[in-house]
Amino acid sequence: MSRKPFVRPVPATTWYMRNGRYLRYMAREVSSLFIGLYMAGLAMGLMRLAQGPDAWNAYLTALSSPLALVFHVLAFAFATYHATTWFNATPKAMRIRWGDGYVPGPTVVRAHYALWGLVSLVILVLVGVI
Amino acid sequence: MSERTIELEILRYNPATDEAPWYQTYTVPCQEEWVVLDAINYVKDHLDSSLSYRWSCHMAVCGSCGMMINGEPMLSCKAFLRDFGRKIRVEPLSHFPIERDLVVVLDDFMEKLPRVKPYIVRDQEKPIEEGEYKQKPFELYEFKQYSMCINCMLCYAACPQYGLNSEFIGPAALALAHRYNKDSRDEGRDQREEITAAHDGIWECSFVGACSEVCPKAVDPAGAIQQMKLASTMDWYLERLGGVGARVKRSLSSRRTSK
Repeated sequence: MSRKPFVRPVPATTWYMRNGRYLRYMAREVSSLFIGLYMAGLAMGLMRLAQGPDAWNAYLTALSSPLALVFHVLAFAFATYHATTWFNATPKAMRIRWGDGYVPGPTVVRAHYALWGLVSLVILVLVGVI
Repeated sequence: MSERTIELEILRYNPATDEAPWYQTYTVPCQEEWVVLDAINYVKDHLDSSLSYRWSCHMAVCGSCGMMINGEPMLSCKAFLRDFGRKIRVEPLSHFPIERDLVVVLDDFMEKLPRVKPYIVRDQEKPIEEGEYKQKPFELYEFKQYSMCINCMLCYAACPQYGLNSEFIGPAALALAHRYNKDSRDEGRDQREEITAAHDGIWECSFVGACSEVCPKAVDPAGAIQQMKLASTMDWYLERLGGVGARVKRSLSSRRTSK
């Protein structure tokens, strides 16, 4: 009897709907879009600042519009999701020798959070918030 | 021992008579401590001898009985019925062509595996009279986890990248390449990189992490691949540093290799 293997096609655009694991992965990937848009907004702010006080004030007014506020809340949520998912994944790539084993994964993750907190603190001090 | 009845919904495909796979439901009386494989064996022995599937050891060692159980790649000998409801759907592993019923075609993996040279490569073999290659406990620890792979293919069935692009070398073969790269007796990393660091190697992985979540032996192929990405990136920078980079690379590899 000749062989006739059956190939099941993978749907190219809806494959990530198959389970929660793929959906969480896609959420992580999509989160970078919001971070990219936020960075574009920030770059635009710098441009406006360079153009003078009028342009800068118009930029600030635009930022306080309801649409901009909604976007920033969303961008913050996605940025937090992006950062935490990647921080939690770091032990897989970072293997630091400790005696006859490696630094435990949770320690690597906690070190990232600690460094994140420290850098945030330094920036807040630098800009005079605290 | 308590007994209950479950409904097994099994994907059937007979290449001689079927144009496409179809589901057949069997009602199976089960013991409390049974795994899905026991229920399938009951079908084969008492209800339908035409059902085809692979299995051997019944103890999560041989890696033959991987199937999709309620959509999740699992070893059917390790999937206890008590962890599922009354109705269980069993399908052949995703992303592989179906040969017949629950048997999939593994030719693709069998072709890829030797390409990553999953064995110790030496620049020069040591004469036997010089004795064995010795390793310290940490040198064994570095690769032992990746040597636990049983080639069950659950990671390929879980990996969406492999599903979308079957040219991808895939989690198990890359984890095995990493196993030998991390072995202090091995000197074959540069040779393996021609396959592993190429377009269809580690860079095709986008770190979904599903492979490691479904691995029944805690091999963590996703971790292996990310570590290979890091090492490969480091190589790229060292190569661009000219003589200094080459010296750093040499000293790193000579520290690793037992002479």
